[in-house]
Amino acid sequence: MSDVILTLRGVTKRFGENGVLEGIDLDVKQGEVVVVLGPSGCGKSTLLRCINALEEIQAGEIRLEGEKIDIRSKSLAGVRQKIGMVFQSYDLFPHLNVLDNVTLAPLKVQKRAKADAQEEALRLLERVGLKDKAESFPRELSGGQKQRVAIVRALIMHPEIMLFDEVTAALDPEMVREVLDVIMGLAAQGRTMIIVTHEMQFARAIADRIVFIDGGHIVEESSPEEFFTNPKTERAQNFLRTFLFETVKKTAE
Amino acid sequence: MQGLGLEVLLKGKNAARLLSGLGVAMRISLVSVLISIPLGILLGVLMTRKNIVIRAILKIYLEIIRIMPQLVLLFIVFFGTTRVFGWNLSGETASVIVFSLWGTAEMSDLVRGALISIPQHQYESAAALGLTPAQTYLYIIIPQTVRRLIPLSINLITRMIKTTSLILMIGVVEVLKVAQQIIEANRMSSPNAAFGIYLTVFVLYFLACWPISLLAKALEKRWA
Ligand SMILES: Nc1ncnc2c1ncn2[C@@H]1O[C@H](COP(=O)(O)OP(=O)(O)OP(=O)(O)O)[C@@H](O)[C@H]1O
Ligand SMILES: [Mg+2]
Repeated sequence: MSDVILTLRGVTKRFGENGVLEGIDLDVKQGEVVVVLGPSGCGKSTLLRCINALEEIQAGEIRLEGEKIDIRSKSLAGVRQKIGMVFQSYDLFPHLNVLDNVTLAPLKVQKRAKADAQEEALRLLERVGLKDKAESFPRELSGGQKQRVAIVRALIMHPEIMLFDEVTAALDPEMVREVLDVIMGLAAQGRTMIIVTHEMQFARAIADRIVFIDGGHIVEESSPEEFFTNPKTERAQNFLRTFLFETVKKTAE
Repeated sequence: MQGLGLEVLLKGKNAARLLSGLGVAMRISLVSVLISIPLGILLGVLMTRKNIVIRAILKIYLEIIRIMPQLVLLFIVFFGTTRVFGWNLSGETASVIVFSLWGTAEMSDLVRGALISIPQHQYESAAALGLTPAQTYLYIIIPQTVRRLIPLSINLITRMIKTTSLILMIGVVEVLKVAQQIIEANRMSSPNAAFGIYLTVFVLYFLACWPISLLAKALEKRWA
């Protein structure tokens, strides 16, 4: 339980002059669920994208199971297979049906046998309640269904770690739950995950650790209990107050 | 029948001549399309490259071809270049050259448009799954581009077929030219032939292009 599988050291990301991440240090242990919180534009998406080498970093290093993640390295595609990522936008491949979306990478990247990949795909789809949609095309699915397929598509690669970037932010409220339930299920299985979310109750329920980012730095890092009941920094208090205000208003209605 | 001038069609080989005129038009468009599509794909891909010089040259090519009326291009190639360079071009060859220049330009623009319309996150999700750039193109980008492209290029083909009516101006005997000849020859006996024959030409163009645009619509719907 206590082996560190992902380490970030001094990770720094700038877009031109604009510094977004200013030396992020983070260790993620096997089986741990880290929820990253922070105000809009603080660099949460950028952090996940750096971990998956979708963005180049200007300084620092990122290692997954000791292997350096480098956007220029030849083995990049290999490391990326160990990282499953689900984005906010529905990013299924529109020209492939659900089953083909899910099996494309195992077949072409991992060169697995077709029967084997399809069998696992159907098993995973069944687990998220979408086995009957295997032949459907993305345009025929609801947002929540698309995101569940996107999760399955990442899972079938047997990643060491899953990255979720606000996967429910673009969903209609009634579909948020079905997606969060799937992620809760993954946590229960002991998957290692880094989750960016604006769903505070979900964050509190699923996190082993909360990492709060502001101004390019990790400002606060603590257990969910402590973060939500007794935030240490003023910035975290302010951040939480914005959500609190919403809740107060709702109860007053 | 007499009133519409359609009886001329039944005289001698007139109907067959009209059809073979249509055949010439179709042959020229088909050959031009076969040349334009691969060249257009190549140039279209180049137009999405970062190299500014290549992009500028292609842009200029595209704009010149677009601005110039096709008839002017035909005249330049058929009358102009044969004088200046002293070579011998048949009307048909000149037509194929002009239609290929035009088709390539239009096709490259369609390809460029289709390529840049693929959202960035398609590339990123493919990369995140561990696909190499080559695999990403092969399995994700090209199939989506082709689906967008096929209906558009089919429309281009019908535009080409229609525009072949201009090549009678450089002496190619295509359907419209045949029609003129028939009308001319029957001027005394059937003064109404103009109506009947041009009506036939209209129907012929329609029959040639309509199925093609139906196909384009069907594909568009299927892949929407
Ligand atoms: N490709 C880019 N080019 C330039 N600046 C960028 C780019 N991507 C992100 N940024 C900037 O980096 C900063 C962090 O963006 P990021 O998307 O990581 O924020 P975030 O914390 O995920 O915000 P949100 O909660 O709104 O999703 C922002 O100021 C954004 O404008
Ligand atoms: Mg974000």
